[in-house]
Amino acid sequence: MLDIFGHKTIPLEDWAEDFTFWLVREYRPFFQGVKWPVEQLLENIQDFLLWLPDWVVILILVLIAFRVAGRNVAIFTALSMMVIGFLGLWNEAMVSLAMVASAVLICALIGIPLGILTARSNWADQLVRPLLDAMQTTPSFVYLVPVVMLFSTGTVAGVIATLVFAMPPIVRLTNLGIRGVSPEAVEAAYAFGAEPRQVLIDVQIPLALRTIMAGLNQTLMMAMSMIVIASIIGAGGLGQPVRQGINNLQPGLAVIGGVSVVLLAMVLDRITQALATTDS
Amino acid sequence: MSLQVEPRILPSMSTIRLRNVSKVFGDDSHKARALLQEGRSRDEILAETGYVVAVRDVNLDIEDGEIFVVMGLSGSGKSTLIRCINRLHPVTTGEVLIDGEDIVSASTDRLRELRRSKLAMVFQHFGLFPHRTVQENVEYGLKMQKMDVDERRARSETALEQVGLEGWGNRRPGDLSGGMQQRVGLARALATDADVLLMDEAFSALDPLIRREMQDDLLTLQRDLGKTIVFITHDLNEALKLGDHTAIMRDGQVVQVGTADEIVSQPSTEYVLEFTRDVDRSRVLTVGSIMRQPDTLVQGRDTVRTASARMRASDSDYMVLVDSNRQPLGLVLEEYVGPAIQRGVNDLGDVVSDSFVSCSTDDLLIDTYDSVIERQCIVAIDEHGQLAGVAEHLDILSSLAPATEITPAVSRSSHPANAHASTEAGAEQTLPAESTR
Repeated sequence: MLDIFGHKTIPLEDWAEDFTFWLVREYRPFFQGVKWPVEQLLENIQDFLLWLPDWVVILILVLIAFRVAGRNVAIFTALSMMVIGFLGLWNEAMVSLAMVASAVLICALIGIPLGILTARSNWADQLVRPLLDAMQTTPSFVYLVPVVMLFSTGTVAGVIATLVFAMPPIVRLTNLGIRGVSPEAVEAAYAFGAEPRQVLIDVQIPLALRTIMAGLNQTLMMAMSMIVIASIIGAGGLGQPVRQGINNLQPGLAVIGGVSVVLLAMVLDRITQALATTDS
Repeated sequence: MSLQVEPRILPSMSTIRLRNVSKVFGDDSHKARALLQEGRSRDEILAETGYVVAVRDVNLDIEDGEIFVVMGLSGSGKSTLIRCINRLHPVTTGEVLIDGEDIVSASTDRLRELRRSKLAMVFQHFGLFPHRTVQENVEYGLKMQKMDVDERRARSETALEQVGLEGWGNRRPGDLSGGMQQRVGLARALATDADVLLMDEAFSALDPLIRREMQDDLLTLQRDLGKTIVFITHDLNEALKLGDHTAIMRDGQVVQVGTADEIVSQPSTEYVLEFTRDVDRSRVLTVGSIMRQPDTLVQGRDTVRTASARMRASDSDYMVLVDSNRQPLGLVLEEYVGPAIQRGVNDLGDVVSDSFVSCSTDDLLIDTYDSVIERQCIVAIDEHGQLAGVAEHLDILSSLAPATEITPAVSRSSHPANAHASTEAGAEQTLPAESTR
């Protein structure tokens, strides 16, 4: 019997390994350089959140929730944050919040311009689309190893792994939002002599804002879902109790970590969802 | 940036000339040009390359201060054509001359300048910015002109007044009804003081009643403003009502250009003929276009006897009495002429019936119904008060029937379908026999 699959005809495993090691050997300083701004951002947010008294953080969150999403979400926010505090995971929650915030911020800074670019150029869209597909569907465990090799372990590496996973929605929805703007409104701006930049600022971005906000909400949820996975490569925060719970067979620890992740995610979701549905 | 505040002493002229304009939607414009030059048909080009020939070889002369309507069904290329005028769609071949300046070859900066100062546009679905107030919407063109805020405010308020929306400036477009939104669209276009208004199916999305109101308002505004308006529509009635000239498009080509009258009474192709069947012709045709030349008697020169003789010779039952300046004095009816001769009366002044109805040659037929109903005929007079012609019941009725044959575009001045439509002054014509009863 002819065994055609007996040999590894496509030595992808070797290639990937060679490539990773080559990348690490040649470019590790570069990646460490990339890591620096992420680290600064993360640590500043984290230090700030931990420096603030817990009740001040709760107050700020409640006020934001009240402002953008109304009374019910504000009450929900207050209760959820207090539960997290009473579970004894306040500091972990703040670390996770800092991680998610910096990941979302970086995603927005890169993703929104990229989304605008793909909306205005079909060529760019075709190029970026498969990349986004890959980022969204590749199991995150696959790129955890190279991330660790290039960026070491820790919360910063966790943020970078999160970026890969959380970037696609904001790019996609920015693209969708800009493309969905009424063509007549865009034509009208051009017809009255607007420059492409003015059309973008005056018409396209404001009219796409809701969709962009929906993208931001999705990106945030994706980032939240990476909290536990990122703990495997040493990221701190609410993922840690879950990971320890698994490793040491302490289901209680895993449960309080899990509950806190869910509560924090719901709070952030309700607030950002309100941003995407209210009139700008 | 200079402001356009200096008063206009002379109305500026704005003519638009389209010269062999073609527009092909496809990736490769060189290839498209080559295909057009080979004279391939629209269907061939579509089948072979997937390119869509939206507009082909269009030549139009749009004069200063007129409303020029481009009428066609969806897919006829009319909306593409209007976008070629302000280059929202760059043309594939041809020239678009605005006051002699080719916008096709203009630089991007010059194009923007033309769009800011000379070409304003109104859109079918209004094209308003829903996140801005009505006032900000109206000011958009002025903002693009880099006008300062106070001047902008003043201008936009004037424009809102012009369209009857004073006091609505602080609302959002979404708070307004469709008709009002389109008034905002119109105000935005008027505010820039552009000489050319491009109106793309501007009233098509509105209810029939609102639409008629907007049409009337546009005509009223146009009387004061005298813009050069290019108006796109799929509704022939709208075209005929608004247009000084109308071009009818089909499959990207212009099949006929003419006044409302010409299109209705002399359709040049079967296609136009089909269209004109449903038109309410009484709202399109003017008395001047259907009137005939009556036999006239001149006061002081003709007598009752000559009248009697001429009526017998021409087999007509009435004649129009005019004075030496050709101003109509009344009708001389055959039934009075016989008895007058028997009584020995010879002065036409004694037999003339002065209860005739006169109207202007520009009056629409629908406006003559009331007056024509009880009279023999109506007498049309020109702007000098002189007799221009008469229209009898039968003339009016027969002109309301749709045209049944096409008039090839070359012989535009002859009227084979309407034997009595000649408007040449002084042409003496005998009345057709069937009108004498």
